[in-house]
Amino acid sequence: MRSLFSITDLSVEEIQGLIDTANQIIEDPDRFAHVCDRKKLATLFFEPSTRTRLSFEAAMYELGGQVIGFSSASSSSAAKGESVADTAKTISCYADIIAMRHPKEGAPLVAAMNASIPVINAGDGGHNHPTQTLADLLTLYREKGRLDNLTVGFCGDLKFGRTVHSLIAALARYEGIKVVLISPKELQLPSYIKKDVLQKYDIPYTQTTNLEGAMPQLDALYMTRVQRERFFNEEDYLRLKDSYILDPEKMKNAGEDMIVMHPLPRVNEISVAIDNDPRACYFKQVLNGKYMRMALIMMLLGVKA
Amino acid sequence: MIIGSIKNGMVIDHITAGRAMELYDLLGLSNADCEVALIKNAVSGKMGRKDIIKINGDFPVDVNVIAYVDPKATINIIKDGALVEKKALQTPQKLVNVVKCQNPRCITSTEQELDHVFVLTEPENGVYRCIYCEAQAK
Ligand SMILES: [Zn+2]
Repeated sequence: MRSLFSITDLSVEEIQGLIDTANQIIEDPDRFAHVCDRKKLATLFFEPSTRTRLSFEAAMYELGGQVIGFSSASSSSAAKGESVADTAKTISCYADIIAMRHPKEGAPLVAAMNASIPVINAGDGGHNHPTQTLADLLTLYREKGRLDNLTVGFCGDLKFGRTVHSLIAALARYEGIKVVLISPKELQLPSYIKKDVLQKYDIPYTQTTNLEGAMPQLDALYMTRVQRERFFNEEDYLRLKDSYILDPEKMKNAGEDMIVMHPLPRVNEISVAIDNDPRACYFKQVLNGKYMRMALIMMLLGVKA
Repeated sequence: MIIGSIKNGMVIDHITAGRAMELYDLLGLSNADCEVALIKNAVSGKMGRKDIIKINGDFPVDVNVIAYVDPKATINIIKDGALVEKKALQTPQKLVNVVKCQNPRCITSTEQELDHVFVLTEPENGVYRCIYCEAQAK
C-alpha cells in the first residue's frame, strides 16, 4: 500500500503516468465516471483549506466515489484530544483512502504509519504539499508540451514558499532545466535547497532582484506572494513590494509563449488586468489540480478505467 | 566498588572527556538496578583524558546511542570477569528516542507518545534528519 507525503516520493516515471491518466480524463471524463464507485475518500482537514478540500472532494465525486470527513480540527475528534494515530486507525474502518491536511509537519506520515489505507498529504504546515506540485507539473506539461528543457523563473518569496521548493525539487530531475530565482535579497532561496537540489542535480541557476530583466528568457514564470510579515521593517516592505507585482506593463518583457503560474490564492502580486492574457495559467492550474488528484486517487487505490 | 573488577557487564571506554554524563543520561542508566561507575577525566596514553562508564550487570544498552554521541568510544563485554568481546561501533542508520526533534512545527511537538526517530540522510557528513519534518538533528 502506497501513500504520498512529498513530491519526490514519486519517480519521474510515476509522475508521467499520472500526467497521462490526467490527460485521458480530460479527453474522456465519462470513461472515468465510475472507476471509484462505492469507494470513499476521507478528507481529514485539521486546519481549514477550503480550496484544497473542495478540489479533493470534486476529484472523488467525478470518479464516482463518495466523500466523508471534517474541515477543521474543532469539528473533529482532535478537539477532544484524540491522537493522529488513533484518528487514522478509526478512519481506516470507514474509508478507502485519506487526504489529510494538518498544521504540524509530518502528521500525514504518522497517519500512514497507523492507517491500513493510503494517505495523501494535502499539506502539512509549511513542509510539503505534493498535490499542488502535481497541479503545477500538469500545467507545465499541457502548456509547454514537455517537462524537460525548460527555463523556469520563480518570483517572490523564495525563502518560505514551499510550493517553490517542491516544484524545484520535482523539476530538477528532468534534463535541460534552468532556473532563474527572482526575489528581494531578504527572501532568497535557502542555501540548503541550492546545495541539496540545484547543485546536486547540476541545474544551472541565476539569482536576481530584477523581474523585468529576467522575463525575456523564461518559458514559465512562477509567481508567489511577498508577505508583509516576512520583513523586519515596514520600510523595506514598502520599498520592495511593487517590484514583484506582475502587471500588463511588466508582461511586455515576456515572450509570447511565456506562461504565468501562481499557486493561489493571490492578493495583489498579479494584477487582475492580466487575467485575460492568454499566457495567464493560474486558473488552469486549479483545474489541473483536480485532474491530478483524480489520477493520484486512482493510482493509490489501484483502479483503472 | 566495582572499579576494575567487573564480573558480568560492560565497560564503555575511551569516551571523550566530559561526555560520560550525557551518555549516562541518554542510555537511561539512572534507571539501572545494577552497579554503575562513571569515571571522569581518567588519564589515557592515547587520548590524554578520557571518561569511562562501567556497568556491572545485565543492563540493556542501546549501542546506537553510543555510536551517535561518541563514535570513538569502545565497548568491552565482560563475562565471568574476563573480556569476551570488543564491539566496534558503527554509524547507526536510525536513532529512536536518542535525539529529540527541536522543530516546534513538527508533529512530535504536540503528540507526546510519538517516538522521536531520526535517520542518517547524509552519511558523508553524519547528518540525521527527523522522519516526520526532516529537521536536522542538533
Ligand atoms: Zn521533526
